[in-house]
Amino acid sequence: MSIVKKHRTMDIVLFIILILLAAIFLAPLLIVLMNSFKSKFFISSQPFKFPTAETFTGRENYIEGARKIKFLNAFGYSLFITVFSVIGISLATSMLAWYLTRVKSVFTTVVYYLLVFSMIVPFQMVMFTMSKTANMLHLDNPIGILVLYVGFGAGLGTFMFSGFIKTIPLSLEEAAMIDGATAPQTFFLVVYPMLKSTAITVAILNTMWVWNDYLLPYLTIGIEYKTIPVAIQYLRGGYGAVDMGAMMAMLVLAMIPIIIFYLAMQKHIIRGVIAGAVKG
Amino acid sequence: MQKSIRRYAALFVLPALTCFFIAFLVPMISGVILSFFKFSTVLDGTFVGWQNYKLAFINNEFATSLWFNVRFTLVSVVTINIGAFALAMLLTRGLKGTNAFRTIFFMPNLIGGIVLGWIWQLIINGFLLPKGVTIVTDPKYGFWGLVVLMNWQNIGYMMVIYIAAIQNIPVELIEAARIDGAGNKTMLTSVILPSIAPSLTICLFLTITSGFRLFDQNLALTAGDPGKQTEMLALNIYNTFYRRTGFEGVGQAKAVIFTLLVALIALTQLAISRSREEEA
Repeated sequence: MSIVKKHRTMDIVLFIILILLAAIFLAPLLIVLMNSFKSKFFISSQPFKFPTAETFTGRENYIEGARKIKFLNAFGYSLFITVFSVIGISLATSMLAWYLTRVKSVFTTVVYYLLVFSMIVPFQMVMFTMSKTANMLHLDNPIGILVLYVGFGAGLGTFMFSGFIKTIPLSLEEAAMIDGATAPQTFFLVVYPMLKSTAITVAILNTMWVWNDYLLPYLTIGIEYKTIPVAIQYLRGGYGAVDMGAMMAMLVLAMIPIIIFYLAMQKHIIRGVIAGAVKG
Repeated sequence: MQKSIRRYAALFVLPALTCFFIAFLVPMISGVILSFFKFSTVLDGTFVGWQNYKLAFINNEFATSLWFNVRFTLVSVVTINIGAFALAMLLTRGLKGTNAFRTIFFMPNLIGGIVLGWIWQLIINGFLLPKGVTIVTDPKYGFWGLVVLMNWQNIGYMMVIYIAAIQNIPVELIEAARIDGAGNKTMLTSVILPSIAPSLTICLFLTITSGFRLFDQNLALTAGDPGKQTEMLALNIYNTFYRRTGFEGVGQAKAVIFTLLVALIALTQLAISRSREEEA
């Protein structure tokens, strides 16, 4: 039984409306793709026109843009930082969450609430002092920044893992420990395998955050190591006009990995985003 | 069991907690303290009491940002949630291609703020071009540009939350209402809206919070132009820190005010959800 009364003609009208809306949603992406093949002099002045023999430039914008912002390096930094931050966050926060949930003390309660509090604090609150701290501790490189991401991702990760661990019955862990398993053995062999679905959610939310993050890498490692968002914003330069050709091509290259990731993991992503929104 | 876990406290707690200290706790505490100091690195401060807080409001700049931000958030929250709910209703009727539409509408949510800003700058300037103006000619263009961008990015996100909520309405409830002769309008106001109220709260607060926290999109789309008139809170704080020497303390004071505002919104949400749980 459907939630609304059905009318056949109505359904057809609604379907057409949906098609139009989908076209509107996709149009911005297609317009950028189309312009990435046009000469930079014809982009701002006629963004909605298809390339013609006169304005078509083939791969030129891609080559020029990739050279200007060292796209391959940016891609490498983004990939490295995202992958290892996400691994670090998933591992460190699941361990912390298990400890905080299983051991009850003033310390664990205080730590838990501090972590939850950190989730609502906007980045601008800590950006200045954090980048100075990172500087003093020599964390201003692609490896050091992982510490910052684990620290910043600790709140959400611990919160989500704790929420799930609370629902796991104690009996399994107790049985393992009575059989002589140590705490690390119990965690990695008994508890960790059960955390899989939460781990996927945490990994997806953090991948989207770290991959797209601009300000944190810009402030800490942005001069030497430009991730993709930093490199793209860098095209704006100080003064003078932006090379729109290079910009369009780089926007396309920036979006391709995320769209592939989305199409491949769509179900997990949508489920993870809903779980993150509802719990966070 | 607690005892044997405690023995490994260092292993479970230290990795995440060390990062949390460096990335969040130390910067947070020193940030609050420094908001009462005049400084330019973090170690050269002189105590100035509430002066930074007074300076934050001495010209209208911060208040203008706040007002722009409030208007922007109000308009976006309303449009995003109405749009998202309408799409969710359309996509829970069992129409053909529902999954494909959902995929398309959600996609912009994965694209990073910097990339989004540049995509929409091209498109909005394309529309304004025939009038001989650009997005930074008049703050009203920037305002509506940001609203459109925000809608494009968030409608799909809120839509999937509403879809999940609508699909969770028990079939018996719908059938019973239908047998009692409920029309589509009654169904909407007496069955659907009350059932999805918790999700409505979540979506409202998600959009309010992201409206106030918006930074990357603001930077890439208008960068606050013309003359700071489209500068929202996060960008205003950033510019106070990094574009004006000697104003680091004022930036930090603004950041504290900003944090209190965002925390207040989060606490309101918590109070509403709590009271609903008690009623239920």
